[in-house]
Amino acid sequence: MLERAPQDDRATEARPVAFRGAGFVPGGGRASGWIALLLVIALWQLAGSAGWVNPLFLPAPSAIAVAIYKLAMSGALWQHISASVVRIGLGWLLGTVAGVIIGFAIGLSTLARGVGITFISALFPIPKIALLPLLILWLGIGEEPKIATIALGVFFSTAISVYSGVDAVPRNLIRMAQSFNVPFHAIVWRVIWPGALPSILAGFRITASVALLLVVSAEMIGAQFGIGAFVLQAGNLMQTDQLLAGVVILSLFGLAVGKAINVLEARLLHWR
Amino acid sequence: MDLIADHISHRFGGLDVLDRVSFTVASGEVVAIVGPSGCGKSTLLSILGGLLRPSEGRAELRGAPPAGSLNPLTFVFQDFALLPWCTVEANVEFPLVHTALDAATRRAVVDDALRRTGLSDFRGAYPKQLSGGMRQRVGIARALAVRPAILLMDEPLSALDSQTRELLMEDFIRLLADGAMGAVYVTHNLEEAVRLADRIVVLSRRPGRVREIVEIPMTRAERGAIDARGKLLALQNDLWSLIREEAIDAEREVQHA
Repeated sequence: MLERAPQDDRATEARPVAFRGAGFVPGGGRASGWIALLLVIALWQLAGSAGWVNPLFLPAPSAIAVAIYKLAMSGALWQHISASVVRIGLGWLLGTVAGVIIGFAIGLSTLARGVGITFISALFPIPKIALLPLLILWLGIGEEPKIATIALGVFFSTAISVYSGVDAVPRNLIRMAQSFNVPFHAIVWRVIWPGALPSILAGFRITASVALLLVVSAEMIGAQFGIGAFVLQAGNLMQTDQLLAGVVILSLFGLAVGKAINVLEARLLHWR
Repeated sequence: MDLIADHISHRFGGLDVLDRVSFTVASGEVVAIVGPSGCGKSTLLSILGGLLRPSEGRAELRGAPPAGSLNPLTFVFQDFALLPWCTVEANVEFPLVHTALDAATRRAVVDDALRRTGLSDFRGAYPKQLSGGMRQRVGIARALAVRPAILLMDEPLSALDSQTRELLMEDFIRLLADGAMGAVYVTHNLEEAVRLADRIVVLSRRPGRVREIVEIPMTRAERGAIDARGKLLALQNDLWSLIREEAIDAEREVQHA
């Protein structure tokens, strides 16, 4: 006679289905970021205070803070910052206006696309700082070549982000507007511009960094005032606390620009 | 105002899509266009609405548009084509902004279109906040705002779930009831075609030719009656038998493409 196999409890007992859906959903984690930053600064300070690192090569954060304070009190900080801000502001504005106009032309016109993309492909890869000596030759020694270098760097990235944004506007929205006989200029203003705005603002984020990079490079090559000139001067004199003070200011400047673009995105792209 | 498809042929590159398609949509008439996948239904609608230039033949309008019509041929799109950065109200107002209407009249027109589509309480919402059915209602309200003579509807219900489809179908029947507006209704769904159309243009597989034009022998109001359902089902079956073989061939063609 066949014996019955012992009954498996799993066949009769109800048991919960194991959860397998954890992970792969990154959250905000802002607090952890700040804590990590503070920890690094604390460790850095400890290394400086305990004499683990030579302050000539890596001054402690407190020494950098003191250097910034002294620079601010002497007025030199504002002189350098204002010189850089004016160059960045003018260069960025010129490059952005030209980039937006050319980017839209490339996005909207077959002829402009044919000509524009060829030139952009040929000129975009050139490191713009390499053009500074040529621009000095053309525009003379002064603010103009530095501003022009920044404008050139900003122009190409802006033009590319603008025409990519125009290309990304859903064609069905343009067809819809055409089907209602909406005039061309209104389609550009009311459909293509807002549709391309996410890409344009993403481009602004990149061009702000490009402008910062180029202003420092240009000031290192030929300027008396400006954060780049200040950092170079401090390096030549082995004043590493001042050098790093300049770097911290650049970082804060980059953060401020990023924050401003975040605000702009929140206001203009709230519909996303 | 009548809309006439006059020997319309179209090809994309070397691919023939439409072949001498001719029919007329009389004023206030609803004409459905059905046919196998890829037979050129949407292409034909784009040509009829002036969004695509045909390779041969032409689309014509005969007669004057109704008084006050701002856009006699108006599309209702399958994917709604709403501006995501505009509220419901701004989307409905969008085609009016560049007309000669003053702001007060525009507002009145928008209010009326929102009321007719049951959207008055959602005027401040953005498209992302709406369900698919509500988005399509916005598309319909926008179309109504320009007082069209003929609605050009490209599978307007195909992106929606069956319950929402049913509700919107009832809305279409109501909106088209008085015969003030005609429609060309492109669809895969034979039930929708039979319920809504006065005539159904059956296209062959690609290149699309007019294979048959089927008249629906009852008014839309009569089609709502229970005893009409059997007749409608029989019509639907007749249409399916017309299309079935070619639909199978078209599907195989797509699979082998």
